[in-house]
Amino acid sequence: MKKFELLNGLVVPLDRANVDTDAIIPKQFLKSIQRSGFGPNAFDEWRYLDHGEPGMDNSKRKINPDFVLNYPRYQGAQVLLARENFGCGSSREHAPWALDDYGFRVIIAPSFADIFFNNCFKNGLLPIRLDAAIVDGLFKAVAAKEGYKLTVDLEKQAVSTPDGVSYAFEVDPFRKHCLLNGLDDIGLTLQHVDDIKTFEIKHKAAQPWLFV
Amino acid sequence: MSKQTLYDKLWNSHVVRTEPDGTALIYIDRQLVHEVTSPQAFEGLKLAGRKPWRAASMLAVPDHNVPTVRRMERIHDPISRLQVETLDQNCKDFGITEFKMNDPRQGIVHVIGPEQGATLPGMTVVCGDSHTSTHGAFGALAHGIGTSEVEHVMATQCLVAKKSKAMQVKVEGRLGLGVTAKDVALAVIGKIGTAGGTGYAIEFAGSAIRGLTMEGRMTLCNMAIEAGARAGMVAVDDTTINYVEGRPYAPKGDNWDKAVAYWKTLRSDEGAKFDAVVELDAATIRPQVTWGTSPEMVTSIDGRVPDPASAPNAVKRGDWERALKYMGLQANTQISDIQIDKVFIGSCTNARIEDMREAAAVAKGKKVAANVKLAMVVPGSGLVKAQAEKEGLDKIFIEAGFEWREPGCSMCLAMNDDRLEPGERCASTSNRNFEGRQGQGGRTHLVSPAMAAAAAIAGHFVDVSRA
Ligand code: SF4
Repeated sequence: MKKFELLNGLVVPLDRANVDTDAIIPKQFLKSIQRSGFGPNAFDEWRYLDHGEPGMDNSKRKINPDFVLNYPRYQGAQVLLARENFGCGSSREHAPWALDDYGFRVIIAPSFADIFFNNCFKNGLLPIRLDAAIVDGLFKAVAAKEGYKLTVDLEKQAVSTPDGVSYAFEVDPFRKHCLLNGLDDIGLTLQHVDDIKTFEIKHKAAQPWLFV
Repeated sequence: MSKQTLYDKLWNSHVVRTEPDGTALIYIDRQLVHEVTSPQAFEGLKLAGRKPWRAASMLAVPDHNVPTVRRMERIHDPISRLQVETLDQNCKDFGITEFKMNDPRQGIVHVIGPEQGATLPGMTVVCGDSHTSTHGAFGALAHGIGTSEVEHVMATQCLVAKKSKAMQVKVEGRLGLGVTAKDVALAVIGKIGTAGGTGYAIEFAGSAIRGLTMEGRMTLCNMAIEAGARAGMVAVDDTTINYVEGRPYAPKGDNWDKAVAYWKTLRSDEGAKFDAVVELDAATIRPQVTWGTSPEMVTSIDGRVPDPASAPNAVKRGDWERALKYMGLQANTQISDIQIDKVFIGSCTNARIEDMREAAAVAKGKKVAANVKLAMVVPGSGLVKAQAEKEGLDKIFIEAGFEWREPGCSMCLAMNDDRLEPGERCASTSNRNFEGRQGQGGRTHLVSPAMAAAAAIAGHFVDVSRA
């Protein structure tokens, strides 16, 4: 996994609540057995006017000029600003893969669905929860100023605006550590092989039927 | 010792170790695998030169991509076919039991686990699929995980997790005529919202839940994720134990007696504390129909499509307006006046034998309405299909004008050929009415199997308790 470094990134506002993972990456793209290449199909049904299928040349498709990600001023955005319950629905990790592949590094919302939130950390993406009122303020600020960027410092756990206002955010120490150092969970867990084996023996004695 | 909830008991009996910040390693007893969320996990294992920690704890099945007609032929979509073949190859390479596409036991992963007794009370169950919450109906701790976690569990038999808060959803009293577990699930979501359960594990309790069959409890726990909760669960009782007994993977002999003695302890202690409690009166729940593009956009068959002008705040108003536009509905339309084009009876929410029976009871001797272009019944597994055929349900459906298909996810998410065309309106027994879920531009109304069958016959939604 890649390390999360200090970011100063352009913000794109996606003004909808309950954005689900079916919307982030529609099911036809889940047929892929790869982990990469989902970026051009992130938000496919909102982003293009025609129906997308795997294997199409996306550069030749009709884009939807009314969808915010397609506005010229938001090209190259690395921070996605969203509303409550972002990432609800299906557990597909293809959703964070698509957002990452698109170029996002950070998603800011008042709340996230649990599985999606978790999946982000496994892929070097940082989901940040901020108060609904702060998020609302950011939506207004982004709309008001073209080229609006936010600075995200994971080390200090702070999001700062161009005016120098800084908002603190919470993050699990363990997840923070993994993200900052680009650590892979499996390697870390395998440092506890003895604990797992000890547990397994005890568990098997208590519930032998689980091991037949 | 302090009083414990069912969730406490399940959690505590699986903790391998806990870090100071509360992050824990929990041991996983069963991993279910399907073709869509596993290829990248298997590839990760291969690249790292790792092997599954305990291949015997895994059970695999292709379900999302499989065709529901002409099953014996190859899948004609080459990308779908490759995904299913990749699962076959990975299971072979790693020694994992798989029910292949043409195995009579094949079916939707959340239907076959319980059906085989591969889901047992007291287990931790994971699958790269959000509806893994279904298995909590057995007094198990079951939740969906992402593909990185699928790989992690394969390699270590453990999951890195933090304990959730505990919510009790208590439904007391008797359900009215024609009101099912699906209606309870939708009513709960309507009450607490799709994010209401975020951060919680939900235990469903109360006399109405104890009165449900295992099929009904699975339907309810299945939709816990639609209320935002990763896990839903129901305490073990005789209904649970009777269902499990004699299934292929269930314990036998001495082990069975020991297991039953343990399973009977799997309920919340009297007076155990929950972080949140939500109460519903069973008698007030009416058959439910969703009108929008999120499961919380739901009302009863007696209701009307709401007016965005009456939304509680500006964000919701925008959501409702967008939903009505997408759904092609006018505010204040009577739900029973909404005409439908297609009907889908199936999915891991409602494709078990009881669902087939409930729908067939409504369809019996009737005909699908002329304005309904397609009404399809997709059993949840090969064994559900065989049982339904033994009972003659297939004939009832076919005579009424329904199509009777091969098992799989089908039009629940339309990864195979079963899908809605843009603008088509569907009465569906699945669990998600998101934009495009059943096909781009398709419009989904979530209902129970009986309500879906009744809508097929009438051509519009009708109150099944009066039909
Ligand atoms: S039936 Fe639908 S919800 Fe259930 S596992 Fe299949 S696609 Fe997912």
